[in-house]
Amino acid sequence: MTAHQKTRLSLNQEQMVLAISGALFVIFSLTLDSFFQVSNLVSLLQNVSMLGILAIGMAGVVIGRGIDLTMVAVMVFSTGWSFVLFTGGMQIELALLLGLLLALAIGTVTGILVAYVEIPDIFATLAMATVITGLGRFALVPSDNIFISGDVGWLASLGTGSVAALPMPVVLFLVVACAAFVGLRLTRYGAFVYAIGDNPMASRNSGIPIRPIKVLMYSSSAFIAFCAGLIMAMTVSSVNTKLASSTMIYDIILVVVIGGIGLAGGKGSVRNVLSGTLLIGLLLNGMTIMNISYSAQNIIKSLILLLAIIVDSVLNPRDEQTSQQGDI
Amino acid sequence: MSVNETYQRWRYRYVPDHLLGEILAKNWVDNAIPVLFLVLAIAVFSTIIPGFFTIGSLSTIARVLGEYMFICIGMTLVLKAGGIDLSVGSNFALCNFAGLYLVNALGMPLIVVIPAVLLLGGLVGMLNGLLIGYMRLRAFLTTLVTLILLRAIVELLSLNYGVQASYSDTAVPAWDYLGLASVMGVPVSLVFATIVAVMIHILMTRMRFGWHLSAVGGSRRSAYNVGLPVKRIVAQTYVMSGVLTAAGALFYASRLGSIGGSVGVGLEIVILTAAVLGGNSLGGGRGSVAKAIIGTVIVVLVTNALVRLGLRTGTSELVLGLILLAAVAIDVKWVKNRLKILNRAYVSPTYFALPPCPETVEGSSSVYEVNDRLSSAEAIGLGELDGPEDIILDEDDNLYCGSRHGDVIRFFAPDYKRHEVYVHIGGQPLGMAFNRDQELVVCVGGMGLYKVTKDRKPVKLSDETNRSLFSVIDDSRMRLADDLDIAPDGRIFFSEATIRYEIHDWILDALESRGNGRIICYDPHDGSSRTVLSNLQFPNGITMVGDDESFLFAETWGCRISRYWYAGPRKGQTEVVIPDLPGYPDNINRASDGSFWCAVIGMRSPTFDLAQRMPQFRRRMVYRVAADEWMYPNMNAGCLFKFSLEGEILDVLWDRDGVKHPSITSMREHKGRLYLGGLFNDRIGVYDLPGADPEWTGIKHYWGDKQDKGDKTDE
Repeated sequence: MTAHQKTRLSLNQEQMVLAISGALFVIFSLTLDSFFQVSNLVSLLQNVSMLGILAIGMAGVVIGRGIDLTMVAVMVFSTGWSFVLFTGGMQIELALLLGLLLALAIGTVTGILVAYVEIPDIFATLAMATVITGLGRFALVPSDNIFISGDVGWLASLGTGSVAALPMPVVLFLVVACAAFVGLRLTRYGAFVYAIGDNPMASRNSGIPIRPIKVLMYSSSAFIAFCAGLIMAMTVSSVNTKLASSTMIYDIILVVVIGGIGLAGGKGSVRNVLSGTLLIGLLLNGMTIMNISYSAQNIIKSLILLLAIIVDSVLNPRDEQTSQQGDI
Repeated sequence: MSVNETYQRWRYRYVPDHLLGEILAKNWVDNAIPVLFLVLAIAVFSTIIPGFFTIGSLSTIARVLGEYMFICIGMTLVLKAGGIDLSVGSNFALCNFAGLYLVNALGMPLIVVIPAVLLLGGLVGMLNGLLIGYMRLRAFLTTLVTLILLRAIVELLSLNYGVQASYSDTAVPAWDYLGLASVMGVPVSLVFATIVAVMIHILMTRMRFGWHLSAVGGSRRSAYNVGLPVKRIVAQTYVMSGVLTAAGALFYASRLGSIGGSVGVGLEIVILTAAVLGGNSLGGGRGSVAKAIIGTVIVVLVTNALVRLGLRTGTSELVLGLILLAAVAIDVKWVKNRLKILNRAYVSPTYFALPPCPETVEGSSSVYEVNDRLSSAEAIGLGELDGPEDIILDEDDNLYCGSRHGDVIRFFAPDYKRHEVYVHIGGQPLGMAFNRDQELVVCVGGMGLYKVTKDRKPVKLSDETNRSLFSVIDDSRMRLADDLDIAPDGRIFFSEATIRYEIHDWILDALESRGNGRIICYDPHDGSSRTVLSNLQFPNGITMVGDDESFLFAETWGCRISRYWYAGPRKGQTEVVIPDLPGYPDNINRASDGSFWCAVIGMRSPTFDLAQRMPQFRRRMVYRVAADEWMYPNMNAGCLFKFSLEGEILDVLWDRDGVKHPSITSMREHKGRLYLGGLFNDRIGVYDLPGADPEWTGIKHYWGDKQDKGDKTDE
């Protein structure tokens, strides 16, 4: 395969996702009565923007050859704790600050486990997700569902406001996307993340402080998770901690992988997340309108994810001679 | 001697520091941490929970233990090959449902149900195996996806068929037996799990598949390159994991008959915690059934205790997650640093005070006074040899020497221009002697004692001796057979320089200055080997005195030459002949005038002599400094000397500039000339000995009149 063909192929991959999205859009518009309506499309965007924000946080880690399975747990328990404190009479700003600090602390711990203790990313975050869930249920959030009662002031507009007919969550998704784009493309940190994802040993040898950068990676994904949680809480006026044990985290990975960000790291950008989000959003919306049960949706989603991983491994094959020992 | 030094001497004589490193070097030390954890857990729970170890409580624990053991052993197989199987939780739920549906809704007999459910589990495993083994997908992510997929399928199934599956009108006694019966107080599930554990243990340690599994997990690339079917082996581990999970699910189903939505949720975390806590490594290579069992016992005890303590929801997740993280962290750091820790903890210096070093300076009128007589030595095989540690000449004046490549090389008389590989043995020959039948007997470093027959076949004489009673390290195996000589009755006495280091690390033994070496006697009459003298400081050269009852041996780090009586009235006694050499002696051989030659491989230095009296200093050095910066004894002298049996130094030959023979490890006198070998040299030296008997050869002198002459005419 020549370099030229390879470029064309990767272009095709992104175009393919967009083409499938377009096709799905057309098909759903034609076959599903309630699909092509302004209200549905707006709610589609609104629903998918949460997933999109989380996926951007995930992408920032995956590009650096990591993966963060703690995001959903961090999201629900940090914001959940904030609102438990708020309901208990604390000032909203202080409560949110504490929640944010909790999220950042968790992200830092995860990062330290990955970077300094050298536990494989996927394993450290899986175990951390269990720990956070346990800790949350044990000490932070007493019930499965926290309803936000009381005046939260301007914060409410994060969930329910709108800018030029676009719901606030969508606007915030775009803002986060822009910020992530700047962070990944225009800053030294972003360049380091790409370098680490591309070849960790080479980056290390050329003097990049890969351990602190990895800690930063996980802290920023925790930060984004907290933001997403806040927006979600403001949108639905409650925090549902049961999400922590749902399959939502796999939806996020699905978005990232479908969008074309290779799990081997070093590749992809925010644009990939946008196209992935679009496709998954369409799919989820369509399946909901078609009244497919939750379990069946899970089956379909996991089959798509499986397919995406297979395609990923075909496009970025692992060679017996070069694959890393213990790379699970 | 100061008080401190006296204390050091006693302290290092009686505290066996070296045992720590030897214990750490054992394979079973991997299991020590989990076992300690287990003991700790039992102690804690039995004190804080009243009635924790009653029969009823234990019986429940034992049933759960049996079910989990199946799954954990499956997980161990997968982990050992370098994979991971997260789908066990959902697979467990699926098989649980299938078992209950087949028994309760369809009323099938167990003879159908059991194989069917096992097959189902195996199929799930096969799906994972195909994807991960053959398509090379990432194990973690792939099994995570199958986890969601199967979970969704189970949810759909229990939604649609849950009612039929949940109970049966007719009792099935055999099914209940599976879940509730005990054999002599032990639950059936645990009995079966134990049987399976033994079988898998045999499979993993005694059969080809297990070895292949270790190879793939240990180094997948090497396994691939030697031609193992890596993909198939990896896929098979997932199939086994699936089948074993199904087995666990069958017992679970028959015990509880529950199809609730929480069956098997989070089980993968529990099983992973058990597997890793037991000491199975993520990433492959390290793992055993024993580890799986230890881990499972701990996890089952801990989870059970958490339930009994009645803590709030989330506790069990929190604790399990923390244990898992801690176990993985220890595992990762242990695997990465084990060898490093071992290397540092293994070297265990002791106190040793050498007698004052004799003068060697020119003009000091010492017997060892430096000269330059060896600078006139000529070279044989210059640039063609690599490490001729020992040399020997046969009756026909041909010259034999060893090489680092594992050969014995023969130079042809008379001019020693031509040479050939006499025999390839495979390890570096370090000592050579001819026996009565003129066969070459060789000490091979790392291999043991070998004989080369007349038709040039190497024959192993001995590679093990009796194991001493309280040794932690396996000292029956020979690591560094060094030099030998043959008693007139045919018994071969040979030195093993150290039992603690392999040949490539021999110099590390110098840092310990402990008596790690020994002299072994091989008896050709019954083929047995027996240690005759132990705790010697790097015994090296050894040569028969010629009185049929004693031999001389040199201890390199001890800088002394001693005499040992193996027969006669003084049998068993040792006497020091020269206690204070100025350097480290190597081989000893006979000289034509009835005295002995001894090679000196390096000279003592005041610094290292001082360091030998400061074991803590050397220990700190080993801990804190990189290995190539450590202080070693000098190995840089071209020196040999002649001494009498009474310990008198008769002659000393030096290569002062160290150009021709920077280190000399051996020498042989032959027909008035002295041949010189060196462990690091690229040549053999020849030095004309003034005034030596031009007819004297070592073989004729030693074996001459005892030899069977008929043998020689056959040649």
